[in-house]
Amino acid sequence: MTTAAPAGRRVRRLRPETRWAYIFMVPWLVGLLVFQLGPMIASLALSFADYDLISAPRFTGLDNYARMLEDDKVARAVGNTALYTALHVPLAVVLALVLALVLNRITGRAAGAFRTIFYLPSMTPYVAVGVLFLFLLNGQAGMVNDFLALFGISGPQWTTDPDWILPGIVLMSLWNLGSTTIILFAALRNVPRELAEAAMIDGAGPWQRFRSVTLPMISSALFFVVIINTITSLQMFDQVYTMFFGNQIAQQSSGDAALFYVVYLFQQAFQFLHMGYASALAWLLFLVIAVITLIQVKVGNRLVYYEAEEHAG
Amino acid sequence: MAVVLAGGLAACGGVGSSGGGTGGASSGGEGGALTTMGFGFPDEIATVRVDAFKKAYPDVRLAVNEGQFDEQAFLSAVAAGNPPDVVYLPRDKIGGYAARGAIQPLDECVATERIATGDFYPAAQQQVKYAGKWYAVPEFYNSIILLVNDKAAKDAGVDPKSIDTSDWDGLAKLAEKMTRRDGNRIKRFGFYPKLPEFLPLWAKANGADILSADGRTAHLSDPKVVEALEYATGLVKAQGGWTGLKAFTDTFDYFGAENPFTKDQIGMMPTEQYLVSSMAGTSPDAGITVLPFKGRDGRPVNNVGGNAWVMPKGAKNPQAACRWMKTMTAKDTWIAAARARADKRAKEGKINIGTYTGNAAADEVIFSQIVKPSGKPAYDDAVKVIRSVQQAGFVVPQSAAAAEFVKTWQDASTRVLLGRQDAAGSLDKAQRDAQRALDEAAQ
Repeated sequence: MTTAAPAGRRVRRLRPETRWAYIFMVPWLVGLLVFQLGPMIASLALSFADYDLISAPRFTGLDNYARMLEDDKVARAVGNTALYTALHVPLAVVLALVLALVLNRITGRAAGAFRTIFYLPSMTPYVAVGVLFLFLLNGQAGMVNDFLALFGISGPQWTTDPDWILPGIVLMSLWNLGSTTIILFAALRNVPRELAEAAMIDGAGPWQRFRSVTLPMISSALFFVVIINTITSLQMFDQVYTMFFGNQIAQQSSGDAALFYVVYLFQQAFQFLHMGYASALAWLLFLVIAVITLIQVKVGNRLVYYEAEEHAG
Repeated sequence: MAVVLAGGLAACGGVGSSGGGTGGASSGGEGGALTTMGFGFPDEIATVRVDAFKKAYPDVRLAVNEGQFDEQAFLSAVAAGNPPDVVYLPRDKIGGYAARGAIQPLDECVATERIATGDFYPAAQQQVKYAGKWYAVPEFYNSIILLVNDKAAKDAGVDPKSIDTSDWDGLAKLAEKMTRRDGNRIKRFGFYPKLPEFLPLWAKANGADILSADGRTAHLSDPKVVEALEYATGLVKAQGGWTGLKAFTDTFDYFGAENPFTKDQIGMMPTEQYLVSSMAGTSPDAGITVLPFKGRDGRPVNNVGGNAWVMPKGAKNPQAACRWMKTMTAKDTWIAAARARADKRAKEGKINIGTYTGNAAADEVIFSQIVKPSGKPAYDDAVKVIRSVQQAGFVVPQSAAAAEFVKTWQDASTRVLLGRQDAAGSLDKAQRDAQRALDEAAQ
């Protein structure tokens, strides 16, 4: 691509690499405009309308947003999603970090095999994971309670007792730590060995080396996985929908204990045809995610040690 | 995200605005293409009827998109102005789609093609009408009966044939006697009342309807509905509670040889007759008894249901669609399908308890000429019982807020089952929510 050459101005030609970069970006940019930005603008407009997908949208001002304040299911869905996020994110990051540390210590030929094994659960489709855990967590015949029974523990009704449904979902979510583990593992591999060795010579123990050397050096990766896990937690849908809302009978069993925000949004859109209201719900979620991410970035900038990249580079 | 996609469709300005005539108006000529949604070829009942259509209308290019009805795919297709010509869906969804104009009235289709609507069971007719117009053509006719595990009854010292659901006190005592537990684990659930989905049945058994006949006024806080919910949830609580029961039933394989009756996991439960049909194929020697589910007045109550054919807004070939609906549900087509089923079951050496269609005229022939006694009294008696309750069929009237209405009373029942609210309080809330949804939809 070249820029136009107005009279009297110096012609500035793009470098071939830059030109090719733009060419390769075109499909993505078209996709962004047609499949994301356009529909996003349309859904923003619909959030101010009463729209059932069949009839023409009818402008209703801020009614959909006002309705959210009175809708007790919105409050329940927000509560469930927030609690899940608060439980899942720290657990997932800590467990993934432990797994990454274990992987980092495995050397030789076995290393590749173990990395593959650790990542394999991430290859399982979400729907399959949902169905699998519905059986594993079954309070009457599931393997989780069978395992607990070996220690004399009478397990709860994970899939039907409203008090245990959310912990069960958190347990299920820890199945899929592959991506987070791999990102943290890559960060651990970039920690300069000489820093840890210098700390050891200075008399630092394993915990001190981890806290004062490793953790700061991988803090940017940790920050990244916290943000990504937070966003995916707030958008949780597939597994929960499969487990608790996939058919009419499943929908009746759990009350609102598994009502996540995006599940409620989907119900409003495609079960009740309240597309305008669902669009308003979608925009609220977008704003919440944007605000949380902004806060995380502000806080993260104070805590994250970015010079590690410069050092590694 | 789906909403965003829908928004995109709206932004294009083509939302449901494409043409397509009303039912019966021919825009596709004599032949043309005919596309279906929500239907498949699971068995000979389907294939024989599809073959009948192909034979009658060889110039129609038929495309059957196999698979279950998918609400999202259907609505997106209608919104995009590119819907299938006919859709096979559960009848209880018709009111909501009709009120929003997602499906077309079929009065012209019914008149032009002379569809024999009088052949359909009255309850099936009621369920496919909305605001006095035909919006669908009914297919199967699923009746609810009481299915009893003979072993459980005998263990409780009761002759299964003597069980009477009109005696609520006796039923509650029997349920507890039938229940077997091993510590926290349920071995056999005595009486599974099939809540929350069967609340309309329990309400009717207590003499109440949960919705007015015109589909505009909810009756969920009617004291008789409250009493019915209290009683049915009380049965579950007395036998160990909902959370254990639900987890227990989640392990059931209803349609296999290892079903909960052959495995002695259920004492008795109200259920649709197709479970008995399935057991006839998988478990011919099962010790079961089929009885009418009676109301407290001693008369059978039967909340019937099934699927139906509808024509979406914007269907491109309404004439072929109308002919398809007529052929698939006509008396002769059903008889041919039932005969094929009987022949197949005979070849396999399996019991055939018949095909229960929405067409009463077809059923008359099927059960007088095609279905023969199998020599297995349990199943032969079951046929008699199922036939005897068909005319007692009732339906919850169609409403403009059908989906919201169902959700409110199911949520209310679940709250009571979980012990989060008492029946009166929960149904009061449901009444307010349901009425608001009905009023909004009516506007």
